[in-house]
Amino acid sequence: MTGPDLLAAGEDERLAPRSGVRRLMGRPELGALVGAAAVFLFFAVVTSTFITAGALGTVLYSASTIGIMAVPVALLMIGGEFDLSAGVLVTTAALASSMVSYQFTAVTWVGVAVSLLVTLGIGLFNGWVLTRTRLPSFIVTLGTFLMLTGANLGVTKLVDGTVATKSIADMQGYRSCAWLFAGSFTVGGLTVRATVWWWLGLVLAASWILLRTRFGNWIFAVGGDADAARAVGVPVGRTRIALYLGVGLCAWILGQHLLFSFDTVQSGEGVGNELIYIVAAVIGGCLITGGYGSAAGSALGAAIFGMTSKGIVYAQWDPDWFKFFLGAMLLLATLLNSWVRRRAERG
Amino acid sequence: MRRPLPFAAALAAALLLSGCSSTGGLRAEEAARSSAAAGGGSGVGTPRWTFAMVTHAGSGDSFWDTVRKGSEQAAAKDNITFVYSNDANTANQVQLVQAAVDQKVDGLIVTLAKGDAMKDVLARAEAAGIPVISINSGEQYAAKFGALTHVGQDESTAGKAAGAELRQRGRKNVLCVIHEQGNVGQEQRCNGAKADFGGPLQVLYVNGTDLPDAKAAIAAKLQADPSVDTVLTLSAPLAATALQAVTEAGRAGGSTETDTFDLSSQVVAGLQAGTVGFAVDQQPYLQGYEGVDLLWLYKYNLNVLGGGSPVATGPQILTRKDAPALAQYVARGTR
Repeated sequence: MTGPDLLAAGEDERLAPRSGVRRLMGRPELGALVGAAAVFLFFAVVTSTFITAGALGTVLYSASTIGIMAVPVALLMIGGEFDLSAGVLVTTAALASSMVSYQFTAVTWVGVAVSLLVTLGIGLFNGWVLTRTRLPSFIVTLGTFLMLTGANLGVTKLVDGTVATKSIADMQGYRSCAWLFAGSFTVGGLTVRATVWWWLGLVLAASWILLRTRFGNWIFAVGGDADAARAVGVPVGRTRIALYLGVGLCAWILGQHLLFSFDTVQSGEGVGNELIYIVAAVIGGCLITGGYGSAAGSALGAAIFGMTSKGIVYAQWDPDWFKFFLGAMLLLATLLNSWVRRRAERG
Repeated sequence: MRRPLPFAAALAAALLLSGCSSTGGLRAEEAARSSAAAGGGSGVGTPRWTFAMVTHAGSGDSFWDTVRKGSEQAAAKDNITFVYSNDANTANQVQLVQAAVDQKVDGLIVTLAKGDAMKDVLARAEAAGIPVISINSGEQYAAKFGALTHVGQDESTAGKAAGAELRQRGRKNVLCVIHEQGNVGQEQRCNGAKADFGGPLQVLYVNGTDLPDAKAAIAAKLQADPSVDTVLTLSAPLAATALQAVTEAGRAGGSTETDTFDLSSQVVAGLQAGTVGFAVDQQPYLQGYEGVDLLWLYKYNLNVLGGGSPVATGPQILTRKDAPALAQYVARGTR
């Protein structure tokens, strides 16, 4: 359907119409879609539990808790930056909310609001230090990561006297917060948790921003070539800061979920999750070097991670090998992903 | 070298053949195991039930390996398909419990180290009609969350037992080494020890996942404070590390003593050599074994041991006189 024969003389070949199939093949998330389908089929065949409604609900929930953070991390990666503090920032968000509500005996919504300010503040700090100092984001956010890990523990111990926060389950506003951040409803045996809706909403919003707005173009431009972007008038610094604010916002959402589904928060948690978010974004087709990727891809990456981590449990494989299986599955999914993409590009 | 691979393989084979050790190694281990192995065949006529155990353990922890060995032995005896999973992250552990509920297992064994987080998922287990037993830590949550019973050791009680033993041994100044900053159970052990010891006891935080770093930290503290005459560690790997730190600080052979919670072959060797004063054992094998066996009893006969009050597996204080008898069980990994 395409080809030089369709082009009139003098027309730009980059503007030539492409077939639907070619357009689909060029999408960053195609490889992840194939990978996700393969993982799903695999566990549907080797386990008897995997495709029951209960198990699907658990898998979906597991994917959503990764996916909520994979969305902003993917956007950040398209913009050419990392955030290693994303994992512990979620714990910070939960701790801040819980401690503010408890210590000031406030309606839990107050804690929720203060927590948003805290996470946005930390996002702002990351972005601001990055743009002002021009240090690599790897170093800046590694610093924030270590500082937050220490502060989570230190502040909690200082305020609460122990390493976990006190239960806020009997406080005013708890029920409505729990409904919003940790509620669930059941359709035909399938329990859909609130995080799934948040996740879906974030993926849609991020896709719209990336594909339909000027800010989305800025993100691609900054990640592709920051100097060139600056030359054509893209506010590079502000774009990056906005991306870190996005990470703060999503960490806030997930942090509130952790708090309101478990009542208390362990201060030492979240370490290591930042890598899982990055992995989900990469499986979903984001280039580590920036300038390429999608939000829907990060969702597929999170789904692959969720299906694999729970599928291994449903398959009752020896848990000692869990991480090995997980790593092998992820490597296979990513290989399949890049193979499909190469075929598509050559296509 | 044009073909490095065959050459390397041949070299490795030659080294293995020529370098056989006449002591230790796998051969000695296998000999010990075959002499002490418990029989496996199931002796009950109940149907093959599936029990799942979900713990808060990190991977590759010798303590939890011993717990699993106990469970697997009981499962073999009771004709149970035993499924184990673990995750140190609270949210992930909850999801693993949910996965077990999804699979409609016949019984569930959980640890409640981060108890509050387990409330909802255990309610779902109860709604699904799955009996639950909790083991190890989290005694205070067990009854509240509908567990049939709890099998484990109360950390404060264990700490107090250690403190009483320290006082009886006439220790002067104790250093309690916490290797997981933020672990409530470890704080309770040190606080309990302090309460019943009565003398000066200070806490040192070290990084339990980086043993060389922990060793350096303990050694530095010993060098800085000559009045410390006892190091109390809260796990067996840390006890081995503390022993090295004592040597590194130039206190080996002196009056400095290491005492610990939990057992390992190094700890038993230390007990025999006199470098380790005593060990507070919570008998992890028993926690795993009883978890499975008590569930079986409930499924088979609706029995609940002690009517649901917690079953204590420790603290058991072990000293030099217990060491010789213990050695073989530690070597095969069941103590």
